[in-house]
Amino acid sequence: MDTKRALDLDTLLADRDIRIIVCCGSGGVGKTTTAAALALRAAERHGRRTVVLTIDPARRLAQSLGLAALDNTPRRVDEIDETAGGELFAMMLDMKRTFDEVVLAHSDPDRAKEIFANPFYQAMSSTFSGTQEYMAMEKLGQLRARNEWDLIVVDTPPSRSALDFLDAPKRLARFLDGKMLRLLLAPARSGGGRSVLRLVGASMSMVGRIMRKVLGGQLLNEVSTFVSALDSMFGGFRERSERTYRILQAPETAFLVVASPEPDAIREASYFAGRLAEEQMPLAGLIVNRVHTVAAHGLSVERSLAAAETLTTTDPDSVTAAVLRVHADLVRTAEREQRITDRFRRTHPDVPVAQVPALPEDVHDLEGLRRCLSALL
Amino acid sequence: MVTGKGGTGKTTVAAALALALATGGKRTLLVEVENRQGIAQLFDVPPLPYAERRIAVPPRGGEVRALAVDAEEAFLEYLELFYRLGRAGRMLKRIGAVDFVTTIAPGLRDVLLTGKVKEAVTRVEQGHRVYHAVVLDAPPTGRVGRFLNVTAEVAGLAKVGPIKHQSEGVAAVLRSPTTAVHVVTLLEEMPVQETADAVAELRELQIPVGSIIVNQTCESVLSGARVTQTQLRRDLEALGLPTDRRTVAGLAAEARDHQARIRVQRRLRSELEQLGPPVLELPFLADGIDLSGLYVLMDALLEQGVHTA
Ligand SMILES: Nc1ncnc2c1ncn2[C@@H]1O[C@H](COP(=O)(O)OP(=O)(O)OP(=O)(O)O)[C@@H](O)[C@H]1O
Ligand SMILES: Nc1ncnc2c1ncn2[C@@H]1O[C@H](COP(=O)(O)OP(=O)(O)O)[C@@H](O)[C@H]1O
Ligand SMILES: [Mg+2]
Ligand SMILES: [Mg+2]
Repeated sequence: MDTKRALDLDTLLADRDIRIIVCCGSGGVGKTTTAAALALRAAERHGRRTVVLTIDPARRLAQSLGLAALDNTPRRVDEIDETAGGELFAMMLDMKRTFDEVVLAHSDPDRAKEIFANPFYQAMSSTFSGTQEYMAMEKLGQLRARNEWDLIVVDTPPSRSALDFLDAPKRLARFLDGKMLRLLLAPARSGGGRSVLRLVGASMSMVGRIMRKVLGGQLLNEVSTFVSALDSMFGGFRERSERTYRILQAPETAFLVVASPEPDAIREASYFAGRLAEEQMPLAGLIVNRVHTVAAHGLSVERSLAAAETLTTTDPDSVTAAVLRVHADLVRTAEREQRITDRFRRTHPDVPVAQVPALPEDVHDLEGLRRCLSALL
Repeated sequence: MVTGKGGTGKTTVAAALALALATGGKRTLLVEVENRQGIAQLFDVPPLPYAERRIAVPPRGGEVRALAVDAEEAFLEYLELFYRLGRAGRMLKRIGAVDFVTTIAPGLRDVLLTGKVKEAVTRVEQGHRVYHAVVLDAPPTGRVGRFLNVTAEVAGLAKVGPIKHQSEGVAAVLRSPTTAVHVVTLLEEMPVQETADAVAELRELQIPVGSIIVNQTCESVLSGARVTQTQLRRDLEALGLPTDRRTVAGLAAEARDHQARIRVQRRLRSELEQLGPPVLELPFLADGIDLSGLYVLMDALLEQGVHTA
């Protein structure tokens, strides 16, 4: 591998100027696992007081980090090696609770109570698409503001596209600012303005009536009381998310894009790299996770298969023949994965790449997390 | 319906299933609902319009049509049908109002989508069903329960009127033997866990589960065998292949990892078998998925009796 473009994760984890690492990527590629593995290594090897914010971790991994309960507060992980002077805290995002916290922080208790009781708020704070991304950002902002950790490692929500992490908060903010609702509920304004606008106004009020019929008055009322209750604190909302956005652009932040060595995931990683550049957010590198590695380098696919063939003619059950076939398959897979990764390298020559081997079993304990990065390719 | 954890092969399997169900001169409709143009990408054709178009033919006659349902378009269609909005409807879409409405009422969006599927399923022309089967590339396991639980979804909406009526009709079809939800999985922890969760959830909702489809399986030539370095070295030597430590120990390590993977897969496979629905298997195709790959998967589904599952 070209060492110039190799991503040195230890240098990154040791760099005291880096305070935030964000792991992004499309679903299922290993963001959560990588985030946890990086945080553990930062604490154990580099003596950093680290917190990892996980989102929807696999059940067994969560348990091994002591995250049996989703309680939205960082918990100290006791079983780690602290001889280097580091500590590890882990937490799991509870998006509803995070939303509640934001509401509480920006309104008086009565207003907050009113919002919490609103059925639309209840639905949206737990199921709305985009809420999770928004609240992950919010939580990151909160953790950073506490200034208690040397390093915050953030996992991102399991969306199908890595870009959702950047786009969803804006979408939610646009919704919360209530413009559309006012437009839909506004009575037709008579007179004044240009005729086109009057026409728009008139059709809008008809639309408003129809929406009422389709959606039912109750839902619209709930949405409308919710949005007006939120109105007073909307400035606060926007300010917070803008502040977090700025943190993401700061040099103390490093983005890592995680991908599996598959065409779809690498393509997604490519889009994301482009998008980060546009947003002036610092991309530290690409982590290709679950890469297959060959241990017996001296044997080509062709020689292995020919040898397996010869062995089975005399002994159809030859174990060595089976081993050679497994080896040939592995070499082919590894070569395919390298070709796919090289595509990214060619189109993003400035982005350093690290490869994490595919472990034969899932990663669900600290030992597994250690092993992930100890065998970095 | 085809669901499964993200990335396990829902779209691929849905396409293979639509082909399988069309063999022998039948017509099927392959539907996607998430605005991702997954079908077009799979068949390597330009983005699909909101219209039913032929996309493939199975060998020995038959036809697969495809449709990318767009929730906003479906909503406008609906408004037009019941309220005659005319030009105002288009404007609504342009200013983002349709997006807004389907956002505050995701249930409405889902009912429009499943409603479209129901319409295609029940459509009759000249006394005949237009489609022998409709295959939906459904949302992933995490969301499929809510997506299919239409009556509950619109419970917060208008208590009377066409939406309510529509959702009841859809719910009736989804709970009838007309429907089968197939769950696609890989032999990996998280997809298997999600499969178990989805099967339980669908049962709870009384929506029929068809089969569990294990995708991307590999045959193992080395499952239980005992691998020793002595034996490896002896055989390599006899064949004139390198017998240095790295090669021999390397081969042994590769074999050990492979066997560890097989053990995990065996365990997961037996967990799947305990869930109840029949378990089908589709091979991993190392060359990727093109039309000929889909034919291979189609044949595998037919061999395992998918039309009766
Ligand atoms: N049997 C198979 N052999 C080889 N590759 C496969 C197989 N099935 C699916 N794939 C590949 O796996 C990838 C994911 O498949 P697909 O897009 O069908 O999954 P999906 O579940 O629809 O994903 P999403 O959740 O993103 O919609 C694709 O690149 C596809 O070509
Ligand atoms: N390098 C690896 N080797 C083996 N299994 C891995 C590796 N990385 C991730 N996994 C497994 O893959 C699954 C998905 O990983 P996860 O981190 O939850 O993905 P994401 O957060 O991107 O959705 C988990 O079961 C995890 O244990
Ligand atoms: Mg995750
Ligand atoms: Mg898909």
